Amino acid sequence: MTGPAPAPRYQLRLAHLYPDVMNIYGDRGNVLALRYRCQVRGIELKVTDVNVGDPFDPAAFDLVLMGGGQDREQRRIAEDLVAKGPAIRAAVDDGLPALVVCGGFQLWGHRYVDHEGGVIPGISVFDLETRHPGPRADRCIGDVVLSTGAGDVVGFENHGGRTYLGPGQEPFGRVRRGFGNNAEDGTEGARRGNAIGTYLHGSLLPKNPAITDELLLAALRRRYGADVELPPLDDAAEQAAHRSAEAIAARRSRGAD
Amino acid sequence: MNARLAAAVAAGRAAGLGSRLLGRGGGTALPGLVAERVDPAIVAHLGRQLGGGRVLVTGTNGKTTTSRIVAEILREAGRPFIHNREGSNLMRGLASTLLFEARPTGAIPRARRTTGLFEVDEATCPAAARALAPGVFAFTNLFRDQLDRYGEVDTVAALWREALAAAPKDATIVLNADDPSVAELAEGWSGPVHWFGLDDAAFATEYAGAFDARWCRECGGNFAYDRRYFAHVGWWRCTGCDRRRAATQTTGSALRLGLDEATFEVEGIGALRMPLTGTYNVYNALAAICVARVLGLPPEAIAAGLAKVRPAFGRQEVAELEGRHIRLLLTKNPAGANQVLRLLEQLAGGAQGTLKVAVLLNDRFADGQDVSWTWDVDYELAAGEVGSCWVGGDRAEDMALRLKYAGWPAPGAVVHEPAALLDAIVAGTAPGDEVFVVPTYTAMLDLRAELVRRGAVGRFWERGE
Ligand SMILES: [Zn+2]
Repeated sequence: MTGPAPAPRYQLRLAHLYPDVMNIYGDRGNVLALRYRCQVRGIELKVTDVNVGDPFDPAAFDLVLMGGGQDREQRRIAEDLVAKGPAIRAAVDDGLPALVVCGGFQLWGHRYVDHEGGVIPGISVFDLETRHPGPRADRCIGDVVLSTGAGDVVGFENHGGRTYLGPGQEPFGRVRRGFGNNAEDGTEGARRGNAIGTYLHGSLLPKNPAITDELLLAALRRRYGADVELPPLDDAAEQAAHRSAEAIAARRSRGAD
Repeated sequence: MNARLAAAVAAGRAAGLGSRLLGRGGGTALPGLVAERVDPAIVAHLGRQLGGGRVLVTGTNGKTTTSRIVAEILREAGRPFIHNREGSNLMRGLASTLLFEARPTGAIPRARRTTGLFEVDEATCPAAARALAPGVFAFTNLFRDQLDRYGEVDTVAALWREALAAAPKDATIVLNADDPSVAELAEGWSGPVHWFGLDDAAFATEYAGAFDARWCRECGGNFAYDRRYFAHVGWWRCTGCDRRRAATQTTGSALRLGLDEATFEVEGIGALRMPLTGTYNVYNALAAICVARVLGLPPEAIAAGLAKVRPAFGRQEVAELEGRHIRLLLTKNPAGANQVLRLLEQLAGGAQGTLKVAVLLNDRFADGQDVSWTWDVDYELAAGEVGSCWVGGDRAEDMALRLKYAGWPAPGAVVHEPAALLDAIVAGTAPGDEVFVVPTYTAMLDLRAELVRRGAVGRFWERGE
């Protein structure tokens, strides 16, 4: 790797919540992206898997990641997540960076209501609720392009539930191509502090390096101080994948540029 | 014979002839589709005439290869059989296969002695079981497929239980003991079960990589593995209750994998050799051997049939291009891709930086439009072994990024067009080189077409498909 000189030796502690259970749609790619972008900058990334029943102190971590799962899997972890919820909320209020995707995103809202009225309680990090419109409704499936504060974000969505944000809840981005939270209001995902919730996989972080670096920088500054900078990397491969996903979305997803 | 069945057969045959005259290739589903409109129960009406055993083979991966091996064994045993080899594995495909075997009256010649061998799509199993009342029902494995196809692994498992509920109570089910998701089908089954599995400690791996979350349906406990071969397949046991891998009647051992062949031993038959390689193909062979044993076919026919099997379309085909051996290894889902990577690692035999590999990623409907699955594949497995690589397909840029993060060397080319990819491969290799090409389905079709256009001649290419 001929790149910029490694930054001073930093360490980041990443908690990966329920990696064996919530790992649908290539969620592992997000860990690989964080690891890669740390490694080439000489930052040590220590990944701790947190499973059902494991003790979890979010204050002891610099980053949190949680992926999506199938229905049965979400029910399996929900109770455990609710027990961990208050500590996670407090840590997010304290600036903890996090990325939660799809099912993880839904469970970080208030609740998930299935089409028969059954409720899976969430942990209310985000002010939102997800409702499943029933088996006859189409799933929201396809390529997505968002406008976000960190620029364009590309990914792929595949969800049956429709997510509705509370009045003050900031979305992660605005949908330019695709369905977004509920196929109605043009919002996608949610943000609170440095925590991002989204339906996008693809995987999200590899081809959106700006988001990856935003999470890493927030984590480093929170731990080591506001003057930490991230040296830029050669992102030719990342940008090529990003552009390719954008072109595909323009060809086959609804919306306009 | 009833008049509606005869009319359905006639309509289906006419549709088949019509589509051939119009030059529409691969019209194997159309005749069945047309015939089903005339007689919706045509598969039952034709299939149930077959008195030499009706066999269904299903699973996420390997059902095509497994049923082809069974077909070779049946041929060696001199048993007449009908097989949806060229047809689709949906009900309309079964109907197409059967109606071309029937007389205009709807009667199938020699039906009482003929075996029906049907590869069946996972979701088609309940309908196929109801229509055909199988005597043998084989399940190879259950993996996560492209999730935008059927949704959930649980959905497939539920469809299979529904199919078993519709199957005759005295049918023999053939199950992979090493796949806990397949093994659980035995629970609640009162008929005979014939188990197959692998007993070879040398093929167990510490590095199982990404696998679907699995836990015990009975007690919710996690599975532990005394040996794991790949993904969730291995010698499993539940940590919460006494469920564990069953003892197997058909056991493979002493595996040796070569570039073009595998050898292994099966108790009661002896040493076997087949011109297919990869642990996954050994599992396919074991499933086929089970089916053959349940059908009462002799060991000699099993050994001879295995020796004659040929790879299915796009799998382990070899094309010669300007002296290079282009080896196609089709991958359709993460589990299949992981097995191909494991095979590459095994073929390298510990040598670093020697393999020449091209990876092609398309995202058309048949490939799955969501390319996220590539992040669930352990390209890391072969990172050290790969010396040169090329990346192709509609989503070449996504694949190039995946391989970058997996630690593969910088690619010699990242291009969409198969022609440009082949040019780059030829430029980066020498005559005599082995080049492994790992494409998704439609990328394989495109590359194959370009190879044919260039006059590349392969060992299996003469077979029209
Ligand atoms: Zn158990």
